[in-house]
Amino acid sequence: MTEPTRFLLSGASLYGERTADILVADGRIAEVGTGLDASGASVVDADGLVALPGLVDVHTHLREPGREDAETVETGTRAAALGGYTAVHAMANSNPVADTAGVVEQVQTLGRRAGWAEVRPVGAVTVGLAGEQLAELGAMADSAAAVRMFSDDGICVHDPVLMRRALEYVKAFDGVVAQHAQEPRLTAGAQMNEGIVSAVLGLPGWPAVAEESIIARDVLLAAHVGSRLHVCHVSTAGSVEIIRWAKARGIDVTAEVTPHHLWLTDELARTYNPVYKVNPPLRTDDDVQALRAALADGTIDVVGTDHAPHPSEHKECEWAQAAMGMTGLETALSVVQHTMVESGLMTWRDVARTMSEVPARIGRVADQGRPIAAGEPAHLTLVDPAARWTVDPAVQATKGRNSPFAGRELPGRVVATFYAGHPTVLDGALNTPHPAAESAGAR
Amino acid sequence: MRHLLSTHDLSRADAIRILDTAEEMSAVNDREVKKLPALRGRTVVNLFFEDSTRTRISFEAAAKRLSADVINFAAKGSSVSKGESLKDTAQTLEAIGADAVVIRHPASGAAQRLATTDWISAAVVNAGDGTHEHPTQALLDAFTLRRHWAKLAGTPSGGTDLAGAKVTIVGDVLHSRVARSNVWLLTTLGAQVTLVAPPTLLPIGVEHWPCTVAYDFDEAIDAKPDAIMMLRVQAERMNASYFPSTGEYSRRWGLGDERFARLAELGLADTVILHPGPMVRGLEISSTAADSARSQVLRQVANGVSVRMAVLYLLLSSGLYAQDATAAHAKESAS
Ligand SMILES: [Zn+2]
Repeated sequence: MTEPTRFLLSGASLYGERTADILVADGRIAEVGTGLDASGASVVDADGLVALPGLVDVHTHLREPGREDAETVETGTRAAALGGYTAVHAMANSNPVADTAGVVEQVQTLGRRAGWAEVRPVGAVTVGLAGEQLAELGAMADSAAAVRMFSDDGICVHDPVLMRRALEYVKAFDGVVAQHAQEPRLTAGAQMNEGIVSAVLGLPGWPAVAEESIIARDVLLAAHVGSRLHVCHVSTAGSVEIIRWAKARGIDVTAEVTPHHLWLTDELARTYNPVYKVNPPLRTDDDVQALRAALADGTIDVVGTDHAPHPSEHKECEWAQAAMGMTGLETALSVVQHTMVESGLMTWRDVARTMSEVPARIGRVADQGRPIAAGEPAHLTLVDPAARWTVDPAVQATKGRNSPFAGRELPGRVVATFYAGHPTVLDGALNTPHPAAESAGAR
Repeated sequence: MRHLLSTHDLSRADAIRILDTAEEMSAVNDREVKKLPALRGRTVVNLFFEDSTRTRISFEAAAKRLSADVINFAAKGSSVSKGESLKDTAQTLEAIGADAVVIRHPASGAAQRLATTDWISAAVVNAGDGTHEHPTQALLDAFTLRRHWAKLAGTPSGGTDLAGAKVTIVGDVLHSRVARSNVWLLTTLGAQVTLVAPPTLLPIGVEHWPCTVAYDFDEAIDAKPDAIMMLRVQAERMNASYFPSTGEYSRRWGLGDERFARLAELGLADTVILHPGPMVRGLEISSTAADSARSQVLRQVANGVSVRMAVLYLLLSSGLYAQDATAAHAKESAS
């Protein structure tokens, strides 16, 4: 069966700004304009839909290899496509850890075989995420996976010397260290944000200072050695202030916020329902407001999902026993629309910047996050901003049922996702993987 | 209300109803035949994930005096410690036909998880969950204090509260479920509560609690409290730098002989001493204080049975306690 390779996206609202047709042919945007000739093309009615460059996630846990009961590259990238993503960065905390060229190449190959989105493996900073010895960063950079982002995410690179060396070393191949900022001694046994709610619930607190002190140290280290630093999942108002200060000093730091930290607060822990248990933890409403303002003004550069699926038994238990993490790929765009666009803080152009263009730049993903213009790779997302839907984890593509938004009505629906010119999602449902998937190499 | 999970969400009316019912149960406990037929044919499971013989036998005595069938399930050392989940255990108890589950668990919120999931439909009584709450302990403390307070006023205790009583709680508040439950309950009943502790053993956020916080035990005694409640302190806390040594802890925050004598010097003839037990004599309390006439420790134990009888009776005798069933504890679906 031959699948169509020409598509006319008619009447789309580019970045929510102006209406135009987009002609997609042979994996690229052939033409953007009005009244384009539809002959030979499948027409996708994009009237009323906002066209964005395909979304790029800088922070995804695909769980494979090792925890295929939680997620696989196949199911995780299906979820990504449904969420409007055309590229995801797969975090290194798999089993085995992605700390060698062999593992990152394996993950990349799994992504290409699946064909739902580009999978960019993230390499571990230290061997086995143990925080003791640098992994072979250069080998991962030189591998077929061409790793540029390195992270021990889930665990903080807390040793200051090791962090300094990692920051210095990745300069050799234009890499970036993505830090999970969590001072381990200040968070031993921590279960939730330390504050008014944790005092009542009797759950050990995860203080904001444990995040902020690491970020402060790391921006100073990055400045000292002249390196590029990325801060994962910023969660506190204090962290925002430190990053704002660092950027004002010209330090090369980028920062990410998750959709859940843009909305939810630690008040939800009062339910003791571990679906609200996540690391870093949900904070206070003051933090939420500061994070929203920071994303709007560019202090925080990108939205990263920190999509973290878990098998149900890891959430159907006591809070302290439960795993940390929430799914996010299939709700991210809607949550950003709700928290940032409908609140008037951001435009769709800003959404394109924070969820596609800058994430691609941070990860050095060359042909993602590109302008919607003739000649560019056809990674595109069409979203219906007027749609409303209710989150039901049971029908999501991810294996994880741990969505904190379960039962909530969200705005905005991804109607179509084009990955390298191929619709992985059409009419709001999964279509087919990229036809080049089988032979590996969906570029 | 179908469960007793915390005192944080317990109304004044509900608290007084429990205490008044406990007075009636206490009358039963003073009789030669200490038994009521009220819960005949009902099954109460004591599900204990922590060793606590004191609390378990108190609940067991309470249930048996109401003629309930009692199953003691010491989850520690059983299939549970081999990895069986709380959910599976709960569903097993559901299949057995438990009408009430009394749960003691090291994880904060474990009782609420049982009550708000669809794992089990039994009434849930929190017998201590992690560092969260221990509501029946607070209720028996309030019961003990109320009797004392009413006696001083020369009135029967039924229907009364603790308005005006000054209660000082001393010790490891941070890790104490007893302290939390008492702060909420005693203040709900009108008492003025002062917490005295090293700053390291007070939670961040305590300034939002409805009580006064002090670091100096001597000043707190000079403020002439009507009751002093000493909390247990684990000596191992000093290894985590909560305090430098047990000696220093005792000197600053222990109820030693000198502080005990100070009560008499201040003319506080009616000030009583409470302790939830088990006591660490010589650390947080001296034997002189623990064994004095001021000590309510054994009364607390006896009152514990009456209060737990009242709780089980009110939760399992349908109708009596159903009037303020709230949406707060409505089942959420556990998908
Ligand atoms: Zn992380």
